[in-house]
Amino acid sequence: MSNDKRLKRLRRTMMFLSAQRPGLIKDAYIYGADSLMIDLEDAVAENQKDSARFSLYNALKTVDYRGTEVIVRINALDTPHWQEDIRVSVAGGADGIRIAKCETKQDVYTIVEAIEKAEEEFGREPGSTLIMAALESPLAIINAYEICIACPERMIGVAISGGDYRKSMGTKYYPDGYEIFAGRANMLVAARAAGVQCFDTVFTNLDDEEGFRKEVQLIKEMGFDGKSLISPRQIAIVHEIFAPTEKEIRDAEKIVRAWRENEAKGIGVFTVDGKMIDIAFIPGAERVIEMAKASGIYEGDL
Amino acid sequence: MLLKQPAIAGTLESSDVQVTITPQDGGVKVEVDSTVKAQYGRHIEECVRETLENLNIKNALVKVVDQGALECTIKARVECAAFRSAQVEDNYPWGGAIK
Amino acid sequence: MKNAVNREIPDELLVNGREVFQGSDYRNGIRYKKAAPKVKMRTSQLESKVLPSIADAIKAVDFKDGMTVSFHHHFRNGDYVVNLVMEEIVKMGFKDITIAASSLGTSHDPIAEYIEQGIVTGIQTSGIRGKMGEVVSYGKLKTPAILRSHGGRVRAIEEGEVHIDVAFIGAPTSDCYGNASGKGGKSDCGVLAYADVDAKYADNVVVITDTLVDFPNFPASIKAVDVDYVVVVDEIGDASKIASAAARFSRDPRDLLMAEYCAKVIEATPYFKDGFSFQTGAGGPSLAANRYLEPILLKHNIKMSWICGGISAPAVDLLNKGLCECIVDTQDFDTVAVASVHTNPKHFEITTSQYASPSNKSAFVNKLDYVILAALEIDVDFNVNVITGSDGVLRGAPGGHPDTAAGAKCCIIVTPLLRGRMATVCDSVVTVTTPGECVDILVTDYGIAVNPKRPDLLEALQKTKLPLTTIEELRDIAYSIVGEPDPLPFKDRVVAILEARDGTILDVVREIEPLK
Repeated sequence: MSNDKRLKRLRRTMMFLSAQRPGLIKDAYIYGADSLMIDLEDAVAENQKDSARFSLYNALKTVDYRGTEVIVRINALDTPHWQEDIRVSVAGGADGIRIAKCETKQDVYTIVEAIEKAEEEFGREPGSTLIMAALESPLAIINAYEICIACPERMIGVAISGGDYRKSMGTKYYPDGYEIFAGRANMLVAARAAGVQCFDTVFTNLDDEEGFRKEVQLIKEMGFDGKSLISPRQIAIVHEIFAPTEKEIRDAEKIVRAWRENEAKGIGVFTVDGKMIDIAFIPGAERVIEMAKASGIYEGDL
Repeated sequence: MLLKQPAIAGTLESSDVQVTITPQDGGVKVEVDSTVKAQYGRHIEECVRETLENLNIKNALVKVVDQGALECTIKARVECAAFRSAQVEDNYPWGGAIK
Repeated sequence: MKNAVNREIPDELLVNGREVFQGSDYRNGIRYKKAAPKVKMRTSQLESKVLPSIADAIKAVDFKDGMTVSFHHHFRNGDYVVNLVMEEIVKMGFKDITIAASSLGTSHDPIAEYIEQGIVTGIQTSGIRGKMGEVVSYGKLKTPAILRSHGGRVRAIEEGEVHIDVAFIGAPTSDCYGNASGKGGKSDCGVLAYADVDAKYADNVVVITDTLVDFPNFPASIKAVDVDYVVVVDEIGDASKIASAAARFSRDPRDLLMAEYCAKVIEATPYFKDGFSFQTGAGGPSLAANRYLEPILLKHNIKMSWICGGISAPAVDLLNKGLCECIVDTQDFDTVAVASVHTNPKHFEITTSQYASPSNKSAFVNKLDYVILAALEIDVDFNVNVITGSDGVLRGAPGGHPDTAAGAKCCIIVTPLLRGRMATVCDSVVTVTTPGECVDILVTDYGIAVNPKRPDLLEALQKTKLPLTTIEELRDIAYSIVGEPDPLPFKDRVVAILEARDGTILDVVREIEPLK
């Protein structure tokens, strides 16, 4: 798959797994998350970083993830671990690397440089390791746009890391989400301007299904591409809420069909249900159909 | 690889394996204690020996307490314990001695 | 001699008319004369049958060495009765005892001692676990244990293969004459289904209760006319372990994934129509299937006509929501089920014979549409093992598994593909407890396999989006992840016989050396 396709793939759900828990990483793909995030950072104790790497490497090399994307969250640049984390992730063949506590475009350049070296050292195709940046502080949010455009060939997108962000903003979690609103909104705008994807933070209270649903509904409305998760139980709910409605699917089908007919005749602008449609509408419509298929609700023939 | 001190890796959690490696002369000795010893005891010992072979370790006492870990986990824990024992902390030979 | 599931049965076991398993319907239509107990009649005036102690009852029934005693397992892991009675029997110096219980569990570890001392020389049961399972597996029991399904036990008693000298029936309430009920008292277990056949066929029947009530204690599950003596003790069991708190659905996403598959399989198959009948097991994914069935029932405007078997909160829930017409109950697992059988007129107590016996004129299982069951192992011929663990030691129970699998039109086995490093789907199960011909569909977290003997079900499922695969594929995936296991180092001696429902021999379990 070309990098472009890989960058644009569906990532409604990105499930975190600790590299240190062998019982989980052996077949976590079974829960149907769009991406798996194997964690070498916060979920791994300081004195077990080496152990986690061996688990990660062996899992990447042995486990058949059946096409599910595998991203590794490496330790931040202010730790002594990130270089070895990059080496093992690239050597193991991870699809991508998530940069914890990314604050500036220089952070991105530093990481990419190390990835390039590792790709060469371990014989991986240059450019094949994607990246995404976790924004965890006010400065990171301010620099969101420059981070997003720092490496277009590899950059999947940005994610906001709620726990650290809230702390550095001097606030805490509230159900209405106002404490994190500025972070979400600014990051989202930057991501869209840069043309990359955008992900929301984890929801840690597994017993509060009501609150979780509300948050997922909010981020869907805002336009997020997906959400980081900490438990397989959260996956189905996100997929359900992100699934397009019947009407959205039918409208999207009309647009795609009309486009194909008109394109064959050499017509680039046309009307569907009284609205003017041109090529700009097509990726969105195709996205709706793709999402419908991924949600298992698509019954059409496109 | 030269082992310098006893080292341990892994936990006693279900699906995990705890590996203790001690430098000891007289070849490689493996002691396996496992919840699935009857059916996989032999596989576990073979996996340990093969991993040590790849790391070029010829003399060690390895004690394994297994809770039904898969082969990739056993290998990971043995490698981790071995490198800790050899006091290597970075620049691991991924793809080389670590197959 | 090899039997119909390809298991080698030692010829020395095939004596006294015992045959090897030759298919589920082998004995269908045979006429037999029912066995009968030798009972002591009481013509004269009698005010009460209550004796001061269990020891007195043992003396009163003229107990001798070599006798067979029986117990039921309605008190599950909270049972005190078996241990109380056996302790007395042993104290009084009797030996060579055979215990023929409907099932035995981990609360009966003291029996292991008696086995090792050679006092208990025979065990006949469904369940065998804990220390008892170990000592039998290690070859300490003088005669091979005989393991039967619930229905098979009733048949064995009715056909006279098992002769019970003294039945000890623990009862939550009883009157002075022995009218005993599963309801009320300090150890409410709801029903006394398993004890019915013992009351009717044992030479001597002793009711043991901790709550003596006024005479007559009607309605009675066990009738006074079948009871010789009544003994009152302080406690017959630990109430908290007899009926647990309301069974909750598993929240494990893997269990829920499989449960949802089960519900969808039912929805897609031909027996899913208004008035279908249903049974679930008590395990995680099978119980959770109830939850996914509910919206499907509502969607199609379909109701179940009856649910049978061991009952817990989810079944009662379906009854209360009007999604099921009635429940026919052989065992209550939780307080919700116990309360329901007391109060709901559509929640009926039935006997084990009515539920699952193959030797009467048709039990409920013969009419059952769907059953969802678990398995420790299932092999590529769809044979199921629920009794021997990964170390070859006995720790399980056939229970109602073989009965419901044989009777149900669609038998669904649900199990994760792997449990730790153990492959559930394998080449050949360690022990066959349910023959593959009775198993129709396997649901795992890695996909669904249909028994090739059921092309009709395969065709129905192919119309869905369910992940269908073959059982060989599942085995291959399992072995590719965990590696192919070495065979267990069994010795030659047979320590347990697995009887099929009809009394033929399905499989044997051999002695194994303890690990370490």
